[in-house]
Amino acid sequence: MIEAEGLGRTFKVRRTVVHAVKDLSFSVEAGEFVGCLGPNGAGKSTTIKMLTGILAPTAGRIQVAGLDPARRRKALARRIGVVFGQRTTLWWDLPLRDSFELIRLLYKVDRVRFAERLAEMCAILDLGGFLRTPVRQLSLGQRMRGDLAAALLHDPDLLVLDEPTIGLDVVSKAGVREFLLRMNAERGTTVLLTTHDLGDIEKLCRRVLLIDHGRLAFDGSVAGLRALVPGETSIEEVVTRLYLSSTPAGSPRIRPLPPADDRPSGTA
Amino acid sequence: MVRAYLLLAWTWLRASAQYPLSLTLLTLGSFAINGLDIAAIWVIFAHTTALAGFTLPEVMFLYGTAGLSFALADLLFGNVDRLSQHIRAGTFDVMLIRPVSPFVQMAADRFGVHRLGRITQAAAVLVIALTQLTPPASRAWMIPVMILCGTAIFTAVFALGGALQFLLTDAPEVANAFTYGGSQLTQYPLSVYGEQLVRGVTFILPLAFVNWQPALYVLDRDDPLGLPGWVRFASPVAAVVLGGVAALAWRAGLRRYQSTGH
Ligand SMILES: Nc1ncnc2c1ncn2[C@@H]1O[C@H](COP(=O)(O)OP(=O)(O)O)[C@@H](O)[C@H]1O
Ligand SMILES: [Mg+2]
Repeated sequence: MIEAEGLGRTFKVRRTVVHAVKDLSFSVEAGEFVGCLGPNGAGKSTTIKMLTGILAPTAGRIQVAGLDPARRRKALARRIGVVFGQRTTLWWDLPLRDSFELIRLLYKVDRVRFAERLAEMCAILDLGGFLRTPVRQLSLGQRMRGDLAAALLHDPDLLVLDEPTIGLDVVSKAGVREFLLRMNAERGTTVLLTTHDLGDIEKLCRRVLLIDHGRLAFDGSVAGLRALVPGETSIEEVVTRLYLSSTPAGSPRIRPLPPADDRPSGTA
Repeated sequence: MVRAYLLLAWTWLRASAQYPLSLTLLTLGSFAINGLDIAAIWVIFAHTTALAGFTLPEVMFLYGTAGLSFALADLLFGNVDRLSQHIRAGTFDVMLIRPVSPFVQMAADRFGVHRLGRITQAAAVLVIALTQLTPPASRAWMIPVMILCGTAIFTAVFALGGALQFLLTDAPEVANAFTYGGSQLTQYPLSVYGEQLVRGVTFILPLAFVNWQPALYVLDRDDPLGLPGWVRFASPVAAVVLGGVAALAWRAGLRRYQSTGH
């Protein structure tokens, strides 16, 4: 579903060059549920933008659903759903229902299939109560549920989410998590999300990518991530230690290790 | 493209109907501002009978055709000059995840009837000018052609201004100077300006083809700068060339798009 090879992106900021992503290689198979972890400024959002065709990479190659995102952006848009936790993809002044209708028209979704999917989304995400409310009047939790539905109305193969649980209360968070698990299990939608919430990682992701200073520092299971810091069982502690140990400017000190199940069992 | 544009524009129109008061104020405001423009022309003619050799109805003809072209381009595509706002707010990223051209999405964004104010006003000036001038049909055929070409030229100028904002995200005023400056410039007979400027807007940024050159044909006037007669028929060529340049510039800008760091 995703193939990245030596992916890199630089930005020019007032004559200096910022390496947001450096030599990133990974692949994601159809049906996987992958979480992307990393300190602020690690390059997670930049990676997401390259996956979705918003930004063209400055180095390396990337293929998503068999397409080069930056070159085939419009074709790719029909195959993927995108959610930004920090901002909505809906139309601020339109009622939720009208935003959905507009998405149906823009993505040319068949009317009958759209009605079915909308009914399904309304049932799972409990949208019925605020379909007629303008998006700007929705609470963050309601808006996020609306965004999730909007990203899936055209039945994409891949769902990409940048910090989907940011700022949500525990109940809304649980709702979002349950929904994502369900889409992944029932529809086989491939899911890639970034998060700072380790609960998301523990409860959702079978696989974790740890990004540090724009590089891939770890790729494996949650158990494998835990095993990086021997003797530590709390994932919070493990990640805190890993973040603290990463050097500010140079290459990451968190070295890629094979997933835990491939190694001799720990001493805990 | 056209379908997507109409869908988006219609949706925005419906959304704007939710705020009837602000709609009315915007429309009235746009009438008032453009009314001041006309007042300026009246003031000039209160003191003289001709401007650079052009009579009042002739100047109104130039004003009306340029105004109508600009208003049509502004109505359909003018919002493209808000690109830097969308880039900074992050909403341009959202346009890039949709299966529709971001240019079309930008153009249709916040489409509203308040943009009609300028059109009705320019059309009124043009009609008044034509009742006084009554050009023969053998020359009047040029009028719709020149308005169409003028609209295309201003649209290309808007697209160029947008493309520039991919690079100058923090200085959209530079780009706006082109579009609105261009519309102001073409309101008067170009011969009131210096020869260098007229050559510039003929051969570099071809604003002279919006109304000046074809109007010389409609009004059956000699070119004060002595350019050959065929130049008067070159508006479609100018529109196509500038449109091509603008499309390339927009694509190049999109390739260099950096998004924002938050
Ligand atoms: N459009 C941009 N212009 C300049 N610098 C950017 C831009 N986008 C990201 N960056 C920089 O690249 C680095 C990675 O940013 P980002 O991908 O947003 O990190 P994350 O999402 O992991 O917090 C940061 O240092 C950030 O300042
Ligand atoms: Mg981020």
